[in-house]
Amino acid sequence: MSNVDVILKEGLAALDAAADLVELEQVKARYLGKSGALTELLKQLGKLSPEERKSAGATINAAKQAFETRHNEVRDGFNAARLAAQLAAESLDVTLPGRGILPAGLHPVTLTLERITGLFATMGFEVADGPEIESDFHNFQALNIPENHPARAMQDTFYVEGGDVLRTHTSPIQVRYMLDNQPPIKIVAPGRVYRVDSDATHSPMFHQMEGLWIDQNVSFADLKATITEFLRRFFERDDMQVRFRPSFFPFTETSAEIDVLDEQGRWLEVGGSGMVHPNVLRNVGIDPEKYTGFAFGIGLDRFAMLRYGVNDLRLFFENDLTFLKQFN
Amino acid sequence: MQFSEQWLRSRVNPSLSTDQLSYLLTMAGLEVEEVNAAAPAFSGVVIGEVKECEKHENADRLRVTKVDVGTGELVQIVCGAPNVAVGVKVPCALPGAILPGDFRIKPTKMRGVESGGMLCSGKELGVPDEVDGLMLLPTDAPVGQNIRDYLGLDDSLFTLKITPNRADCLSVRGIAREVAALTGSPLTAWDIAAVAPQTDSKLTVAIADNAPCGRYVGRVVKNVNAAATTPDWMKRRLERSGLRSISAIVDITNYILLEQGQPMHAFDLDKIDGGITVRMAAAGEKLVCLNEKEIELTPDLMVIADAAKPLAIAGIMGGLDSGVTTASRDIFLESAFFQPEAIAGKARALGFGSDSSYRYERGVDFALQTEAIERATALVLEICGGEPGPLTETVSALPARASVAVRTARVARVLGVTLAADEIAAIFTRLGLPFEQNADGFMVSAPSFRFDIAIEEDLIEEIARVYGYDNIPANAPVAAQTMLPQPEGLRVRSEVRRLLAGRDFQEIVSYAFVEEKWERDFAGNSNPVRLINPIASQMSVMRSSLIGGLVDTLAANLNRKHSRVRVFEIARVFHKQADGSIQQPEVVSALAYGGRVDEQWASKAERVDFYDIKADVEALLHPRVATYRKAAHPAFHPGRCAEVLLDGAVVGLLGELHPQWVQAYGLTNAPVLFELAACAVEQLGRIKLAPVSKFQPVRRDLALVVAEEVSAATLQQAMLAVAPEFVHELALFDLYRGKGVDEGKKSLAFRIVLQAADRTLVDNEVEQAVAAMLAAAEAAGAVLRA
Repeated sequence: MSNVDVILKEGLAALDAAADLVELEQVKARYLGKSGALTELLKQLGKLSPEERKSAGATINAAKQAFETRHNEVRDGFNAARLAAQLAAESLDVTLPGRGILPAGLHPVTLTLERITGLFATMGFEVADGPEIESDFHNFQALNIPENHPARAMQDTFYVEGGDVLRTHTSPIQVRYMLDNQPPIKIVAPGRVYRVDSDATHSPMFHQMEGLWIDQNVSFADLKATITEFLRRFFERDDMQVRFRPSFFPFTETSAEIDVLDEQGRWLEVGGSGMVHPNVLRNVGIDPEKYTGFAFGIGLDRFAMLRYGVNDLRLFFENDLTFLKQFN
Repeated sequence: MQFSEQWLRSRVNPSLSTDQLSYLLTMAGLEVEEVNAAAPAFSGVVIGEVKECEKHENADRLRVTKVDVGTGELVQIVCGAPNVAVGVKVPCALPGAILPGDFRIKPTKMRGVESGGMLCSGKELGVPDEVDGLMLLPTDAPVGQNIRDYLGLDDSLFTLKITPNRADCLSVRGIAREVAALTGSPLTAWDIAAVAPQTDSKLTVAIADNAPCGRYVGRVVKNVNAAATTPDWMKRRLERSGLRSISAIVDITNYILLEQGQPMHAFDLDKIDGGITVRMAAAGEKLVCLNEKEIELTPDLMVIADAAKPLAIAGIMGGLDSGVTTASRDIFLESAFFQPEAIAGKARALGFGSDSSYRYERGVDFALQTEAIERATALVLEICGGEPGPLTETVSALPARASVAVRTARVARVLGVTLAADEIAAIFTRLGLPFEQNADGFMVSAPSFRFDIAIEEDLIEEIARVYGYDNIPANAPVAAQTMLPQPEGLRVRSEVRRLLAGRDFQEIVSYAFVEEKWERDFAGNSNPVRLINPIASQMSVMRSSLIGGLVDTLAANLNRKHSRVRVFEIARVFHKQADGSIQQPEVVSALAYGGRVDEQWASKAERVDFYDIKADVEALLHPRVATYRKAAHPAFHPGRCAEVLLDGAVVGLLGELHPQWVQAYGLTNAPVLFELAACAVEQLGRIKLAPVSKFQPVRRDLALVVAEEVSAATLQQAMLAVAPEFVHELALFDLYRGKGVDEGKKSLAFRIVLQAADRTLVDNEVEQAVAAMLAAAEAAGAVLRA
């Protein structure tokens, strides 16, 4: 074995034996540094004849290359091991919960309200609003509710000092809207309403939504179609059975209660509706000969109860976070 | 309105099942609220007559009876009822009978004696009976007949919810008329003949000019047996209509009310001085009514009076003194028509009403009075005997019945379905509405029993009702398509709600009426909008702030063991103005309490504070930037409360709850809250673009030491006032107190970013700008931190 082979063999063994990167670089310096063993061999080439120099040079350079290749391999190994150790050390428990807050949510009646106004928006119904303390005119008189109607009694209606009332329904919103706008009118009007009543199915404050569509040829058939479509979309039951049943309201003529058939096969009353009474149109300056239209009213709390399976209305007003957060 | 199906079917008997009849009525607008069986199901019970009755040898309380059940052989039955005796007729359950509760009757031995059935009490059959023991049947009850047939127990009790416009359906006659119209089944009319007088006795009747009594028909009947027993058939019909039997004559008047829909009254003739006057009450007059209440009469009440005194409140209730009793000998029957407007609301004002006032205020058929009194007289003579006097009828103004035009084209336009004139005519005929046909449609007049037909729409509704709402198509509406406006500069309400929910505030809904104390404590409002008739004292005033509801919700949830509560509400509040008017703006309010985040491994447990809520306010108003000014407000800690201003106007408040309320409302720590005008939160403003500079920005920081009392905003505003337009940003980024800064002072570090749109800034410009801003800060009391 030539001297070169011996040195290379020793050198490779030393590289393999290096304990870490520092030692590895020390080994490299011992062989390839300024006075390294292989460097020294190269320096001695000058003493050889040109023929010998050529072949010896090739041999030494091959050895040097082999040494460097091994050095790089060992170094990459060290680097890879170091990175692996770092990554291992940095690894997280990815199952720990994220930092910070989660969103809360909206009240179930609001969810219902937004869903319903959203559905009606797709049919071009705009949202209208109005005050909750109302005049007798807007809450009763304009709606064709006579002076001695039972609904006006103190047992049913809250009165405030001065004679105004807490609106007993959302219908005064339609009165205000019709006073300010000529047809075509296509609105829904959700809001809080008040009646003197309190038990498991009645709250002194609750939510209603009024709908109103007035135009030149809006008919009872349109009423039936609009409300049926709405109920099927809201409850997401295309085959939901809806029936319209004759009834009586002072502010509509051809009046109808709206019933739906529930999953147990019972008819549930879900709202009132009808063709707007010509007196109501006249009271707000709309010509009933020129325009016809329908109005309907539904209980938003009742819709929320039906939709989410809530059986006690009072839960909506107790604001128990354990109840409310289930809707988030 | 409750009635018996059998009674109805005795007048009109369509081939419909009970369920079908119920559906028909409901879908015609006579909502059936309930249908109840007159008696529970049972079978095998017949009428038996006790022929023999001996003591049981082995039992003191038992008797051994022999009962005739019509089979020709006596049946031996052991019976323990106290009222069993020879000769009584009782229901007898024979072997094979099944009684309510699936109780099966078999031949058995009782204490060693054979018993071939059971004698029954009303209770055992599920039939109401006041007798303790066996149900005793009349002596003429036919032995052997099935008891269900005899008592008419295969009957259903219908309870209808009659809408206020359909007073014509508040009687069996009215419902029968309606069912006949709806089904086309023939209606069996009542055969009412005039009763021939047997005495001349009568009372004069006068109707005062101002008394809204349209017709008053009266009749004296002398020598009646007022103590006679009401026949079972009548009792049964009354009971199945929800009325108790009282006495024969009262029962007859009630029966006429139910059958014909005509309220009637029977006076004791001896208690009447002189003739009858129908007049308005005089102030100060008093009357003790049948319900034993003494009423101070007012001139808006119409009374039936004699020469000396009021006898009854017309149409509402009779007087106690003048009413018929079982001791009465001569009676005076009244059958009147009072104008609905004269009765409406009066019962409610008095605090009591009657079946009569209920009908009168809705409208009684004004052509019915004579028929009703003739029928009542006939029943009195049949049941109580007596000698009838002549009928006296006094008529004043009766309701007018104008004819109403119905245009065939209008019917189609309103209902959305085209009906031929013939179809409409057929409907009017079925409803008994007299009409004339013309080129456009019809002229229709309302019959005397309808009070709800005055305009074309009333008749269109009738057409729809009889045609059937179900038969009107529900085709998708055809209309001009328009898009709804969506202003980009407005944040819609749902976005506001979602923004708050996204920041971990849960939406609540609380009552708008609150305790008066809340208004004082949380709004400093000693003059709230008060309710005249609150449902409870803690719900007596309308709130002018939502803070009370939020604090109350917090307290309630702390009681339910929640430790971190973040809630918001959007609602109207109510402010009384100096002129008495009421402002009702909407506000957005929120409350945060407990940890800044839920107790969590990754976050320090820190309580939410003023600056957390302020960040929520800033986010809610973003991109608009509000200014904040220290404020005093009764709800809040005086050192931790700010007004929120947009464009110089106060739009809300934020702060930490005042420590005194923390204690008073049972909280352990102070929540932080804000309340903002909803209209301020809605305004986004239009997006305005500034050119994006291509030139490098330069940043300079200034750390300024000032006295604690000097607010950050003071320094910022002072510096902004002198900043050249190329100062792109001036922001506070650090606050330091402690080593190196004297006690009572703080160090505020501002970042100044300078950038021109059109050039690279030269050093000189930058230094001059920063120096000017520093000088302004120094003038405001700041010192550059060493």
